[in-house]
Amino acid sequence: MTWSEAFLQVLKDNDVRLAAYVPDNVLTPLLTGITSDNYFRSVCATREDEAIGVVAGAWMGGLRSVVMMQTSGFALIANALASLTVPSQIPCVMVISERGTMGEFNVGQHLVARTMRPVLDTLGIAHHTLTDEATMPFIVDRSIKQAFMTQASVAFILSPLLTGGNPAGNAKLKSAG
Amino acid sequence: MATEPLAPVRLNRAILTKRLVAKLDREAVVAGIGNTNWDLFGAGHRPENFYMLGSMGLACPIALGVALAQPERGVIALEGDGSILMSLGCLATIGKIAPRNLTIIVWDNGLYQITGKQPTATAGSTDIVAVAKAAGIPNAQWVRTEAHFDQLLSRRFADDGPLFLAAKIDDKPGPVQTPRDPALIRNRFMKGLGVGNAGALD
Ligand SMILES: Cc1ncc(C[n+]2csc(CCOP(=O)(O)OP(=O)(O)O)c2C)c(N)n1
Repeated sequence: MTWSEAFLQVLKDNDVRLAAYVPDNVLTPLLTGITSDNYFRSVCATREDEAIGVVAGAWMGGLRSVVMMQTSGFALIANALASLTVPSQIPCVMVISERGTMGEFNVGQHLVARTMRPVLDTLGIAHHTLTDEATMPFIVDRSIKQAFMTQASVAFILSPLLTGGNPAGNAKLKSAG
Repeated sequence: MATEPLAPVRLNRAILTKRLVAKLDREAVVAGIGNTNWDLFGAGHRPENFYMLGSMGLACPIALGVALAQPERGVIALEGDGSILMSLGCLATIGKIAPRNLTIIVWDNGLYQITGKQPTATAGSTDIVAVAKAAGIPNAQWVRTEAHFDQLLSRRFADDGPLFLAAKIDDKPGPVQTPRDPALIRNRFMKGLGVGNAGALD
């Protein structure tokens, strides 16, 4: 099983049936898996805060869901987290592919990535940086269960160590080296 | 690309909200920041109401999520013009998904009323009904009178959508404010939707 297949299996094991996302290169195997599997409903949102709104509504309506975005998308959602999901105690499961580190070529991505963990910490949102396939299913499974049981959000940060990083970036690194 | 003729006189959000609520049975209503949710609360609390205390612009995305989770239930999003202008992209998402159980109503006072009556783009150049149509929601209409509003709402909310309505309203603020307790609001809404163990301690 690839990391993305293993990840989607954990979502299924936890009855997570809806994914709202804004596309990202590293997320492609997850997104392809979701859109090609009738188990999942998917909403390709125009902005990440819109995706947060959709999963918040879905959860209140009884449907478990997940939001997928890249690090720069996370920078658009501080207000949705701080003024909707956190004070309302709506558990939001976030999957964030980590740009800005381990060979980033885009200075904007590098800077915006540095805002992510401080915002998560400030809002008291649990976050786990997923670095290897061996521990990932356990971390994700237990943390999703905890999020829904405690009505508290969780963020899974997909490290390049797990995903191999951004394919476009990897090509650039080769030519730089 | 102007759409239909506008209301000859400005309508009033509190009055129209009461007329909407009078038509409802078990429909969920998600109401946007400020005046929009205050007037929903002012029309008489219902367990199926969700009042947004922040997250400006997210009434339609939240309503879309509820509509996907409960496809048999009609879901109505109420939003101000300033708020929908912040989130125009969600109209494209809704146009693409076309949920049959979703209705969007925009209260268009041409103002950011609550922050000091600064004019919005809909006061001049932007026709929000035309925007909704162009975003992929063909059933988008202006509300012309109170009677016209009643007529537009004489429908099956659960399977006749998506429908987008906008009303040109006056500049009156909402007279009563919703209690500011987001966790309580969320719990009561989930109870109203029959989800989980919400309300188990009532
Ligand atoms: C992200 C964000 N930006 C700005 C504000 C400040 N704000 C609160 S309500 C509001 C105006 C809302 O306008 P509209 O939706 O047209 O409703 P009205 O006040 O006219 O009833 C603004 C700008 C905010 N709460 N959040």
